[in-house]
Amino acid sequence: MAEVRLQHIRHSYNANAGEKTEYALQKIDMVWEDGGAYALLGPSGCGKSTLLNIVSGLLHPTEGNVLFNNEDVTSTTTDQRNIAQIFQFPVVYDTMSVHDNLAFPLRNRKMGHAEIEHRVNTVAEMLDLTELLDQRASGLSADGKQKISLGRGLVRSDVNIMMFDEPLTVIDPHLKWQLRTKLKQLHRQVGFTMVYVTHDQIEALTFAEKVAVMFEGEVVQFGTPEELFLKPNHTFVGHFIGSPGMNFLPCELDSGFPVFAGNQIKLAAPITKLNSYKKIELGVRPEFVKLDTKGFPVNITRIDDVGRYRIVKAECSGHNFNVYVPEDIEIPSENLRLSFDPLYTHVYCDGWLHDERKSA
Amino acid sequence: MIARIPNQKAWFMVLPVIILVGFNAVIPLMTVVNYSVQETFGNNVFFWEGLRWYEQILHSERFHASMTRQIMFTSIILLIEIPLGIGIALTMPRKGLGATLCLVLMSLPLLIPWNVVGAMWNIFALPEIGFLGHVVNSMGIDYNFTQQPISAWVTIIAMDVWHWTSLVVLLSYAGLSAIPEAFYHAAQIDTATKWQIFRYIQLPKMKHVLTIAILLRFMDSFMIYTEPFVLTGGGPGNSTTFLSIDLVKIALGQFDLGPAAAMSLIYFLIVLLLCWVFYTLMMRNEAR
Repeated sequence: MAEVRLQHIRHSYNANAGEKTEYALQKIDMVWEDGGAYALLGPSGCGKSTLLNIVSGLLHPTEGNVLFNNEDVTSTTTDQRNIAQIFQFPVVYDTMSVHDNLAFPLRNRKMGHAEIEHRVNTVAEMLDLTELLDQRASGLSADGKQKISLGRGLVRSDVNIMMFDEPLTVIDPHLKWQLRTKLKQLHRQVGFTMVYVTHDQIEALTFAEKVAVMFEGEVVQFGTPEELFLKPNHTFVGHFIGSPGMNFLPCELDSGFPVFAGNQIKLAAPITKLNSYKKIELGVRPEFVKLDTKGFPVNITRIDDVGRYRIVKAECSGHNFNVYVPEDIEIPSENLRLSFDPLYTHVYCDGWLHDERKSA
Repeated sequence: MIARIPNQKAWFMVLPVIILVGFNAVIPLMTVVNYSVQETFGNNVFFWEGLRWYEQILHSERFHASMTRQIMFTSIILLIEIPLGIGIALTMPRKGLGATLCLVLMSLPLLIPWNVVGAMWNIFALPEIGFLGHVVNSMGIDYNFTQQPISAWVTIIAMDVWHWTSLVVLLSYAGLSAIPEAFYHAAQIDTATKWQIFRYIQLPKMKHVLTIAILLRFMDSFMIYTEPFVLTGGGPGNSTTFLSIDLVKIALGQFDLGPAAAMSLIYFLIVLLLCWVFYTLMMRNEAR
């Protein structure tokens, strides 16, 4: 078990990279505390797998260091780092029994027979594999195999970090929930530092205590699921998390408050300090838009009923946005007016959240 | 209930296949069966003989001898070519120019016609003028494949290994290339040794292609004719007379059509049976 510290990690697959765009990872600084559950969330090609490979030791970063418990491991190999990894596709040793699969990493580390039996049985118990121990691993279903690869990490009690690389890709939908809950439970039980890489926001948000949202080689926000939801640090986080994502509307500033299509929008506090910018946007989640007789007028283009609430697609001077409306609130057919909750309405300059405290 | 309309027209669709199979497999095979139970002296005159030819072949020492030679030959080349082929495939580069070059080099022997291979090795191994024969003899080893059975065997085996190991290499290489990187990565995390990676990852993942390689090499070598015929003609003496060479001698040399037909059928059934046994053994664990 270890605290993992990533210091100024930059990586390019091109040895002589000069341009910023040639870097798969721009500059990563992150700390994963000992025993924490983290997720790397982002679309394909955002650099999350590259980062994972750097932590696991498959890749050597162009710049920067990886520290396990304050010890620099940047130039050590995978087997020296004492990590565990669960891959997208289940990796099992086909010809071995489930028992031998679980015992394999321990036997290679020359552990005593009694100790191996004890650990294998404990882990098999945790993963509900006890009855399958004598079966050949190749005969198991995808989720059974994935449990074996998980188990090969769990049997080793001294693992520094356990990494999951989109582990539920090949699992049937109805088993995904089950396995996800299992993972969460296991994390509490064994207390390893765990990192979960995925492009599925639900998987990331349910598993992790803190999620790093990655976009074009950068960590655009590293925060709790609540922070990502209530205060997205970047328009990408707003878009990517939530379904549908955050609404973004172009606006202008007038005496500290954003003005959208001639309507002044209230904020929690006026904006006083603002650096130069090219583009300024207003961001508000559909959950924080209310039907309000005192708001600004919009036209409804469509209503989707998704069960407990409805998603109203509204339009105002050429801009579309989504509004959550609970089942019990009636949607007027004419003269619809909306207002935004000032607490959760944010202003974004060139994509990044404007923060009064941080601005000069 | 939907009423069933009797319609047998679909049978016409399979008619071309039935005709084709009939002409190129069933009819020739039945002709052989026909010959195998009769005696003929030409002029389309036949006498019923029943199972006499089968009994004669099965009890003939000549058949036993060529069968023994055949089994020995096939066993030896399988024991050499399969491990050698896997070994070469393991050392070949996985990507880049080197991989392409290796693949082309490996395919070359497979592209040479069988009788050309025989002729090449014949000239190559001739004791006086052949490069191989000359070099071996000048090293002080007495080598003459036209006169010594052992030299003849070594030459035929070397020729077959040269000609066909490539096939095993290419199939194994394809099997190895299909193994995802994650398996090697996982093995590294589990601190597996090179031997363990081979034993528990590479070999099991190559199982299907190896089954095909073994079956192909078994069938081909068990029915080998052209190359030894061109190289040694079955000699010296009968020392390299394998089953198919013997069969041709009986059928075309002595014109004993009955025994030859009976031998053909026995030969065919043995190949079929052994292939089935191989396949069943290799695939035994698959069902579970």
